[in-house]
Amino acid sequence: MKKLVNLEDAVSRIPDGAVLMIGGFMGVGTPPRLIDEIVRQGKRDLTVIGNDTARQGVGIGKLVAARLVRRVITSHIGTNPETQRQMIAGETEVELVPQGTLAERIRAAGFGLGGVLTPTGVGTVVAEGKRTVEVDGRDFLLEPPLHADFALINAKRADYRGNLEFALTARNFNPLMAMAAKTVIAEADDIVPVGVVPPDAVGVPNVLVDYLVAKERSHG
Amino acid sequence: MDDKTLIAKRVALEFKDGDLANLGIGLPTLVARYLPAGIDVFFQSENGIIGMQALPEDGAASADLTDAGGSPIGAIPGAASFDSAMSFGLIRGGHLDVTVLGGLQVDEEGHLANWMVPGKMVPGMGGAMDLVSGAKRVIVAMTHTAKGEPKILKRCTLPLTAVRRVDLVVTEMAVIEPTDRGLVLREVAPGRSVAEVVEATAAELIVPPDVGTMPVTA
Repeated sequence: MKKLVNLEDAVSRIPDGAVLMIGGFMGVGTPPRLIDEIVRQGKRDLTVIGNDTARQGVGIGKLVAARLVRRVITSHIGTNPETQRQMIAGETEVELVPQGTLAERIRAAGFGLGGVLTPTGVGTVVAEGKRTVEVDGRDFLLEPPLHADFALINAKRADYRGNLEFALTARNFNPLMAMAAKTVIAEADDIVPVGVVPPDAVGVPNVLVDYLVAKERSHG
Repeated sequence: MDDKTLIAKRVALEFKDGDLANLGIGLPTLVARYLPAGIDVFFQSENGIIGMQALPEDGAASADLTDAGGSPIGAIPGAASFDSAMSFGLIRGGHLDVTVLGGLQVDEEGHLANWMVPGKMVPGMGGAMDLVSGAKRVIVAMTHTAKGEPKILKRCTLPLTAVRRVDLVVTEMAVIEPTDRGLVLREVAPGRSVAEVVEATAAELIVPPDVGTMPVTA
């Protein structure tokens, strides 16, 4: 199966109103070319699931600034005043989720679980409207899985088949999201021959990756 | 010595050799500078690394290696990186020895509020709720008052971060330990009196006869 597609092609598959998981933490590990191309193509009414909305002009912050996002499910918007402004003005819906819970809700979806039981948020506003389950005398919140139509992934390296390798803190939510979306689009800093990424170093196996964004042509 | 340095120096005395610790953004981050000699602490950054350290020198930044605020960091030999589920598994699963967090309010039950001011500031809880729920020891590092108003109250008026009782509160005026019986005044800062601390605190403080002075020097 041919996975390598050009950037415009990859993003053209995303319809308006799509639910996107976008890897990254304050923009680190967020696929830069995919973000820019979504802005260029002007996708509308997106639901974005991501750790944060970064800063203005960075990562998911670019989508927010271009007003392409209708709803965001995230743990933190404090570093992006524009997200806060849109939330307070009622222009963008923001669901705040504790960071560890966000990771587990995404993982639950990708791993085929009906949700997770977490002590995080018990007795706080996060618990409002949720089921509390007692296990061995301790209270836990039942948190449902989070699914997406697309996961936009940033890897350090991909091989021709789409095996992905991650680097340091740019890994973050990427491997979890690659399990939780119907369609996975990956962008890598570098694309290398099969075998260059050793099996033990593969963070996302190629079978999960539907499209790998081709590099710009550098010769010819 | 300014207030933040004083608080950071006092908190630094709480670590044991070999601890795994997570420091919040801002004031708590300063704590790493003042670890006593012979105390090696592994610092976790919740974006996915154990063994973070300050960037060793300008020009050495990697785009793939940052702290939870997105600023470039370094890593010690023996550092390990991992995804966000693992990172919060370490936090929630009882593997994290200490977390140091900032605070907006702490109350008589030792409850912490540090993530939002309704109608004014809604940054999101980030990792704070997981850290307070899951760390073995939670230390709050904050100024004692805000614009002259006490931050240590009978009951928090802001939304809570967790219902777990925090273990220690360190301010520029005092060290206070939340217990079953209430808030116990353990130490006052050099040059401060017990009466001053009581005056600046809106919660009831239990004052034992042996309140010490913070063992912190400039």
